Amino acid sequence: MALQEELTIDRRDIRTMPRRRGLLLPQALGYAAMLLTVLIIGLPIYWTVIASFKTTAEIYRIPPTWFPLAPTTTNFVAAWEGAPFARYYLNSFITTLVGSSLEVYFAITSAYALAFLRFPRKNLIFIILLAALMIPAEITIISNYLTVARLGWINTFAGIIVPGAAIAYGTFLLRQAFLSLPFEVLEAAKVDGAGHLRTLTNVVVPMAQPAIVTMALLSLVAKWNEFLWPLLVTNTAEMRTLPIGIYWLRNQEGVINWGVVMAGSLFLIVPVLLIFLWLQRYIVEGIAAGAVKG
Amino acid sequence: MAQALNNRGGVSAGERREWLLFGLLLGPNMLLFAVFTYWPLLYNVYLSFINWNFVRPRRRWVWFDNYIKVLTNDQFWIIVWNTFAFVLLAVTSTLVLGLLLALLLNQRLRYRDSARAVIFSPVVMSGAVIAVVWSYIFDPRYGLLSQILGWVNISSPDWLNDPRYALLAVTVVYVWKNLGYAVVIYLAGLQGIARDLYDAAHIDGAGAWERFWNVTLPGLSPIAFFLSVTSLLACFQSFDITKVLTNGGPANASTTLIFYLYDLGFVSYDAGRAGVVAVILFLIMLVLTLVQVRFTERQVQYG
Repeated sequence: MALQEELTIDRRDIRTMPRRRGLLLPQALGYAAMLLTVLIIGLPIYWTVIASFKTTAEIYRIPPTWFPLAPTTTNFVAAWEGAPFARYYLNSFITTLVGSSLEVYFAITSAYALAFLRFPRKNLIFIILLAALMIPAEITIISNYLTVARLGWINTFAGIIVPGAAIAYGTFLLRQAFLSLPFEVLEAAKVDGAGHLRTLTNVVVPMAQPAIVTMALLSLVAKWNEFLWPLLVTNTAEMRTLPIGIYWLRNQEGVINWGVVMAGSLFLIVPVLLIFLWLQRYIVEGIAAGAVKG
Repeated sequence: MAQALNNRGGVSAGERREWLLFGLLLGPNMLLFAVFTYWPLLYNVYLSFINWNFVRPRRRWVWFDNYIKVLTNDQFWIIVWNTFAFVLLAVTSTLVLGLLLALLLNQRLRYRDSARAVIFSPVVMSGAVIAVVWSYIFDPRYGLLSQILGWVNISSPDWLNDPRYALLAVTVVYVWKNLGYAVVIYLAGLQGIARDLYDAAHIDGAGAWERFWNVTLPGLSPIAFFLSVTSLLACFQSFDITKVLTNGGPANASTTLIFYLYDLGFVSYDAGRAGVVAVILFLIMLVLTLVQVRFTERQVQYG
């Protein structure tokens, strides 16, 4: 499969050959492999969608049906009423938006300071910040739980948000972006008498907007999907975020009521998928850019 | 920087203002890191030397007792084995399948952008909810998988409750979710390989396989290295799929080190042993990161 493109440039210059001939078989194999992959990735999602529209009787029919015989929305209603999903949505929106805003704010201010301001031993500070990338949140859970408990933050938004609000990777990405801005523009701002804060808000942020948008999107997705920490610091249904709520819904209704559980899962998956399809370019390119530079 | 300051002797008022602004802009971020990232690291080391159940006020300093307790426990070594089996299987399958798919999607095929979007989409979905969806797929009676196995007349095992299959099930779901990330990174790498290299190889009379081995693979090696280290680190941290799909069971069959840390801390309330596992996990990640830094530096020097 991989050789297909290579084969086509054999003995002929690719630029003089707009159409490939005599390669129907490799091409057909290429499409077959692509279709197979899309099926493997897509089928579980399709299975979730159809299950959420099936009646309970149909879900437990053997053999299963590949298209709901009598599509119904009762599962969605049952899921919404079986657990406080409105509250889950609210909690998820608050923790995601506030958490990501903090991350974006910290990344912008930290990156500006590290890129443009003088400070003794600035490089050492940058290295200390980067070293935080090496320490996964998962190994800090015990200490952070005790800290949050001592602060009285169990079952609060502050408890969910604050321990994860600091940002190293985004700071690193934005610092790179800020340093690659045209020097003349920054100089011009200085000549015009703009102080650092004015330069930051009126020149640097607008010019580095694509990098900031990418960073913000990655942050939003990560916060929306966060599981371990909100699971630990919440122990009442009113404070649960969507992933935790769906986990508990599965524990309550799984096996006996798969349709309701799948409908609940869609409550979380659909918004993120829509945003992904809409802004796919930024997310995918941001991830790829981080890798190629890193 | 510090030297430049010393040479100048005094520090101007303007520069002092800049220091203050620097502190105001970077300070809150660094403070949060100090409290919620660096302090826990030290605290884990402290915990690993004491005997404590989180509730009783009394904490007893026990030196290396916790280390001995953890390291001489058979269960710990089963969990270490699980962790490495999971990490190696997940990383190699992600790297190999990801490369094949990236090579495929790098061809001029129609709909390849849509295919890429589909393959990448699980990456942005919640791991916990993906695991919820897959627990239905693995359902031995009504799941998608039992249906597909039924076509070839194989009766479905109880994937999640059978110690032989539980860890494999977690691995499959992990790879399914994260494959798209590897594909996107490889594709970026493939696009970075200079067209000229292929043309030169072609002029030298290199065949398709030779070009693949001598141009594509070496050109991809830095990216593949980056991917292997980041995937290794991510695998060691993987928690949500295990928690939701198998809860580490049955009987520890799918417990990995990160899950063990959670279990010791938040289920068994054994602060000391949890501290030991946290220290061990950190050391593993530290070594992996240092390897990456060293290798990347060498790349820059000779590359």
